[in-house]
Amino acid sequence: MKKNFFIIIFFSLLLFSSNGFAYSSDPKQFIAEIVDEAKKILVATNTKEVKEKKLTEIALKTADIKGIGFYTLGKYRKGLTEEQLKKYSELFEKYFLKSFVSRLSDYSDPKIEVLSAEVLNPKYTMVKSLLLATDKKPEVKIDWRVYTKNPEKPLIRDLIVEGLSLARTQKEEFASVIETNNGDVTKLFITLKEFINK
Amino acid sequence: MIRKIIFVSIMGLLLQIGAVNAGTTGSEEMKDSGSQGTTKECFEGFSRAMFKLNHGLDKAIFEPVAKGYRALPVPIRKGTGNAVDNLRSLLTLSNNILQGDFKEAGNTAGRFAINTTVGILGIFDPAAALGLEEKGKEDFGQTLGVWGSESGCYFVLPILGPTTTRDAIGMVGNVFLDPVYQITHNNEITTGVGNSNYSEHNYFYYRGTGAVDFRAKNIESFDSLEENSIDLYASIKSLYLQDRKKKIANSLSAVETQDDSDWEEIDTN
Repeated sequence: MKKNFFIIIFFSLLLFSSNGFAYSSDPKQFIAEIVDEAKKILVATNTKEVKEKKLTEIALKTADIKGIGFYTLGKYRKGLTEEQLKKYSELFEKYFLKSFVSRLSDYSDPKIEVLSAEVLNPKYTMVKSLLLATDKKPEVKIDWRVYTKNPEKPLIRDLIVEGLSLARTQKEEFASVIETNNGDVTKLFITLKEFINK
Repeated sequence: MIRKIIFVSIMGLLLQIGAVNAGTTGSEEMKDSGSQGTTKECFEGFSRAMFKLNHGLDKAIFEPVAKGYRALPVPIRKGTGNAVDNLRSLLTLSNNILQGDFKEAGNTAGRFAINTTVGILGIFDPAAALGLEEKGKEDFGQTLGVWGSESGCYFVLPILGPTTTRDAIGMVGNVFLDPVYQITHNNEITTGVGNSNYSEHNYFYYRGTGAVDFRAKNIESFDSLEENSIDLYASIKSLYLQDRKKKIANSLSAVETQDDSDWEEIDTN
């Protein structure tokens, strides 16, 4: 009996440690946990490199980077080969993580209140939050589009800041790069590489 | 008289731009931002050049001024921002009425009356404490959108920045609807302390102060956007068009102003 008890504990710990921190499956709670975790990282007295590494880990666990990448490619996704799609996904992930960390690093002590959640359909829930004002910046409404197709593992797909979608902005930016190069998607790859390497 | 001729000429030019684009093929049709259509550009080369000019002016003049303004104590900046917003609410009021939103017009008028008097020329915002919150600024471009006008094509003006055919016509309409402009530019007004205190340059001081206040609130946002964009021109264009759509809809709800159908196509789980 005692042996079984310890075996159960052992395997539970193993499972927990292999998955790292397990976020809530409730979208509102999920966002609250992410916000809280990110804030702790930003206010801690670690080096910039340590903070960036930890923020990157959060992004990898909580954002559907592949889905965001496909969305931002828009109609050009359909014309790519499997190999090009794979290459794009790799580049996009590096680009996304770099810009995500850079944007977040602007906030030294963000105070975000998670307010409510609205279920749009079985695949999406919109979580509403408020970034509180400081003496330099006004308060900002932030909506989080959470992908809930797998109800056990919600993932962030978009941030809508004061009604402005970051993913849509990204999509139109990528489309502009492609269109100003006569529809050549490989030029986008080059541009992403330049951004990653700068 | 000359000013009226200039205004009519500008409106005529802008209407012609709109007509040229409206008369083109289906692939270039003007459609407001939505899931399928995108607002087309007119004169992209010119717009990118103007964007570059404006960006340079911002770096050289506007941003340093905004940083200097930000060094002022918070109460001064807050009071200045409130006073500017209070004057701005007169244009909002005109457009609330034109849009038939009389409830909001009442809110705007109430805010202006209370903040101008109790709030000492708008420096303070006691109206908010009384439950009259500011809902959003309106302008004639938004009114045209509410009336059903399509956005037309997108372009960038020197100094004034991004706009569309509709919003540019709106800018011209604003001067006729803005009581602040009318008072400061109408030489026939001599009531009160006399027209010398309402001279034209006061209007530009007021607008300039509002622009500096806005820029000062968004220094980090602009820097972040610049640092993380691979095509800053396209980012600004997208943000501008999304913002205008949101303002015309008078909604901050993402699902009311963002088309979700693009997301429905993406399945990664």
